[in-house]
Amino acid sequence: MYYKTRGYRIFNAVNSIFMAAVGLLCLLPMLHLLAVSFSASAPANAGLVSFWPIGFNAEAYLRTFSSRLFVGALTISVLRAAVGTAMTMFITLMAAYALSKDERTLVGRNVYIWFMIFTMLFSGGLIPSYMLIVKLGLINRFWALILPTLASAYNIILMLNFFRSLPREMEEASLIDGAGHLATFFRIYLPLSLPAIATVSLFTIVFHWNSYFDGLIYIGDKNRLPLASVLQTIIVQQDFRIVGPEVMARLSQRTLKAAQIFIGAIPVLLVYPFLQRYFISGIVLGAVKQ
Amino acid sequence: MNTRMWRNRKLHAGARRRNRETALSSLRRNWVLHLMVWPAVILFFIFSYLPMAGIVMAFQNFKPGLGFLNSPWVGLDQFRFLFGYDNFLKVLRNTLVFSLSKYVLNILIPFGFAILLNEVRNRRYKRTVQTIVYLPYFLSWVTLAGILLDMLSTQGLVNTVMARLGMERIMFLGDGFWFRLTVIFSDVWKSFGFNTILYLAALTTVSPDLYESAEIDGANRFRQTLHITIPSLVPITVVVATLALGGLLNANFDQVFNLYNPMVYEKADIIDTFVYRIGLLSGKYSLGAAVGLFKSFIGLILITISYRLAYRFTNYRIF
Repeated sequence: MYYKTRGYRIFNAVNSIFMAAVGLLCLLPMLHLLAVSFSASAPANAGLVSFWPIGFNAEAYLRTFSSRLFVGALTISVLRAAVGTAMTMFITLMAAYALSKDERTLVGRNVYIWFMIFTMLFSGGLIPSYMLIVKLGLINRFWALILPTLASAYNIILMLNFFRSLPREMEEASLIDGAGHLATFFRIYLPLSLPAIATVSLFTIVFHWNSYFDGLIYIGDKNRLPLASVLQTIIVQQDFRIVGPEVMARLSQRTLKAAQIFIGAIPVLLVYPFLQRYFISGIVLGAVKQ
Repeated sequence: MNTRMWRNRKLHAGARRRNRETALSSLRRNWVLHLMVWPAVILFFIFSYLPMAGIVMAFQNFKPGLGFLNSPWVGLDQFRFLFGYDNFLKVLRNTLVFSLSKYVLNILIPFGFAILLNEVRNRRYKRTVQTIVYLPYFLSWVTLAGILLDMLSTQGLVNTVMARLGMERIMFLGDGFWFRLTVIFSDVWKSFGFNTILYLAALTTVSPDLYESAEIDGANRFRQTLHITIPSLVPITVVVATLALGGLLNANFDQVFNLYNPMVYEKADIIDTFVYRIGLLSGKYSLGAAVGLFKSFIGLILITISYRLAYRFTNYRIF
């Protein structure tokens, strides 16, 4: 066999080392961040910390969690991800189920589909969308972060394709047994679709957790900002006034920033390996359909 | 009029009536399905179609106080101004520099990486590497920009290491040339793992028989890769490459917005960051909307072409 030849063994060794190097390249930035966040201010500011903390302490984390603004923002982000994902799934699953029927069952299906697809092809752009939120009176409201994101053509199509891949016979049997569409949907389709539902939910949770821009433009009151927007203001715009001087007093900016970035990334770090398996099967289902 | 035509017409009327009856009875039986679609339809209408209607402001000199109805109409003035405006042409060029480089690298690198990863024989090792390289994809640009701004600063980890090796410190994010490289490679770094998924999935569908018969014919692994592995990846690569054409005006707002600074606007400003600054920060709403419309319009053309091509080449359909 080819993998027993000497040439292939050398290749395999080199390749394995290369893979480890690539893996490290993806991991090291996070490790550096973690090391800085647990280091003492002086070595962190002097740029001495690489991948292991110097002068280990958790001061930056304690300080971060003592900031009322930070904890408030964290709460808003959790709420946003929970409410946003639940509502998105509700709307997506219902629409996808109905649209997975053919034109004869759902009269006007093709019109619905094109109505939806067109939103993927063309958009009003940033300025008109902003004006709409102003006109709807949603500025500074929590719902400005939820409502515009609920209906996504991409999610609906992903679920629709999945529903269509399920055997028709089960649906027919269920309808013949006298179950209505709703019963068929809840009792047959949903239980069979858990992997796909997990995939789309993961996408949506991560999307909500990471969204910062809508908060930045729609929410003016800093006490109502989600965490991602607060982090963006502190880290990228370098605006520390938002945390207040008491937090800044004894801490280096570097360790504090590192701690906050890391806290912001924790939910994503937790959720992605766990759902990865479902996620891959889901995306493959959606994408390599031939 | 002869009887045959008349009878034909009568037949058609009958068929039409029957169709309408089935449509009506279908509606009566399946109204629940319609009820299930309507929440999404309403949301699409409000949050996607109303902003499309709002594009009229690109042809006005929009004043928030006057609203859409009373703002003065200016025809194509905003567009005439734009195409004579130096900065806008620079912005277009920057956008294309970023998106074209990313387009090429985001196809080639995942392609190569998938082939190499597929050669790893230890399954656990393979899966571990896979999980790790997906990680950056899930992190937001705010997180990554926070890390990169720190690591690439003149006092950051990268420059410290380079200084220790006797190299000069580089202002990665303060110099136009290095900024561009940073943006392009950090984008590839973030997404190559994720982009590998599709290729790896395509590789699992290659029949082992092909490799076995190549083995019997005396082909070594390199030849097998050349003549079996790579050709079997071509269809999915064509789909990926044509579909990605639709996004050529998307240079990635989140990335550039979180990494750039006024020192590098010359070489870093892209369409979306330009719209944000000119439209929302400077309050030139109509000009911002005009740039947005320009982008959406070209985008629509690009996407339509790319889907047509993907369909023609590989019968790919999104639903």
